[in-house]
Amino acid sequence: MSVHVSTLEERIRLQRTDGSPLATQEYFVNMGPQHPSTHGVLRLVLRLDGETVREVIPVLGYIHRGIEKMGERLGYRQFVHLSDRLDYLSALSNNWAISMAVEKAAKIELNDRIQVIRTIVAELQRIQSHQLWWGVFGMDLGAFTPFLYGFRDREIITDIFEETMGSRLTMNYIQPGGLMFDIHPNFVKRTKDFLTYFKPKLVEYETLLSENVIMQERLRGVGKVDAEAAVSLGCTGPVLRASGVAHDLRKLEPYGVYDKVQFDVAIGRTGDCWDRYWVRLEEMRQSMAIIEQLIDNIPEGKHMVMKPAAKIKLPEGSTYTHLETARGILGVYIVSDGSEEPYRIHLRTPNFNNLWMITEAAKNWRLGDLVAVLSSLDIVVPDIDR
Amino acid sequence: MDTLRLLGAITALEPRAKQKENTDRAAVEVPVDAFYSLMGRLKSDPQLAFDMLYTHTAVDWSAKGEGPGEFELVYQLYSMTHGHYLLVSARIPRDNPVAPTVSPIWKIAEWQEREVYDMFGVLYENHRDLRRLFLEDGWNGFPLRKDYKDEFMLERPE
Repeated sequence: MSVHVSTLEERIRLQRTDGSPLATQEYFVNMGPQHPSTHGVLRLVLRLDGETVREVIPVLGYIHRGIEKMGERLGYRQFVHLSDRLDYLSALSNNWAISMAVEKAAKIELNDRIQVIRTIVAELQRIQSHQLWWGVFGMDLGAFTPFLYGFRDREIITDIFEETMGSRLTMNYIQPGGLMFDIHPNFVKRTKDFLTYFKPKLVEYETLLSENVIMQERLRGVGKVDAEAAVSLGCTGPVLRASGVAHDLRKLEPYGVYDKVQFDVAIGRTGDCWDRYWVRLEEMRQSMAIIEQLIDNIPEGKHMVMKPAAKIKLPEGSTYTHLETARGILGVYIVSDGSEEPYRIHLRTPNFNNLWMITEAAKNWRLGDLVAVLSSLDIVVPDIDR
Repeated sequence: MDTLRLLGAITALEPRAKQKENTDRAAVEVPVDAFYSLMGRLKSDPQLAFDMLYTHTAVDWSAKGEGPGEFELVYQLYSMTHGHYLLVSARIPRDNPVAPTVSPIWKIAEWQEREVYDMFGVLYENHRDLRRLFLEDGWNGFPLRKDYKDEFMLERPE
């Protein structure tokens, strides 16, 4: 007596009247614009073969606000307010980028106090931004605890910012010609307390998430982009450095007081999700080292070198200035006709240029890996749409 | 390479390239018919090796001067190998805004050019996927043109 062991395919084929094998077809699925792992309103149209991603078509514009158009009708000092609304997790760096472009073109000299404070707050914000990313990254991959840890620790920096700047997210603190306010008397102490608090916490981050075997399996080798492709795709910041390109404007073209502090640039080797994860963790460590070197030696001086009401006119011509935010290079291209408003202001935002590498990196990986790749890019959608 | 030697190397490649005035970095302006071949050589020439296109955008000059005016296409290039910058600009007439795509040279240009199409209506020849990027497909007009108007825009108080 023979026993017949069937298969699922056979079981289904029996149901089909013509006995043909199971037919397959590619299909399109919308991911977003309302989707927890797209961090805002990013829509991806996916061409799927089963669960395998064959093509990613990003669809943008759900929060396009026309910031560049508005900029043509605003003074430079006013435009700084809009820059907060680009990448809201790097609001201070964005303020700084606009201010630096204006200061360079209008030849405004700053004192050391302003430069040191700017550098400290920008690095604090880099840590804060990476903390949030780390938490959300864990959550995207199915671990909820990191989200709470990340937000808990981020809260301390946000409180420090609130005390000095009066605002927690869109600070509008760095202005052309200096800073909106001087630092609060508690600023130095609270920042040092934070460093003491956060150092052991970063070790905890590693034991909680980095050393988790599921994390390692889901990140290592996934979504690789080599150095040449990353450069051609316009990637900057941690995404580019993860592919092994040591490109960091803080080192190559130091602004602020980055040329007076010691720090290392974290780079990856293979350009997979794991490298992008690790690079950001290391950057938090380096940022703490930078703050530590500066926090005890903030020079005396004024926090503003020009009158806040002074009108700013840039000379006729064009200027391109950029700096390194937590996500990459933010470039400001200003064309001035000599008036108080820019004739044209263009923002080269890091997220817009980093986003497109998913069209290559996520190809032929599974849907779950696409989430890992997307999350490892640390996308902030308002910065893409502008 | 410093600005002078860089500009010299580029005029050797393309004699019609002219230095652009009032810029803070090395900048050249090229006629649009010489533009594509120059861009290719800027990347492939080992002395120049501009492997990164930082940004591409356009400027609508129609609010200055008479007539239909021009669009200025602006490309900010950077070389990872040598660490030097170059701004390349090309002018195209506003009533026939056609330019070659540089997306075969730098991949990121594909999306940067889509943004410029979306905002200025510049038509890129041989672009593999020229569509609106931020606005809906049926949107009327190109918002960053100086003469753009729609019903949502407010009049500026004097």
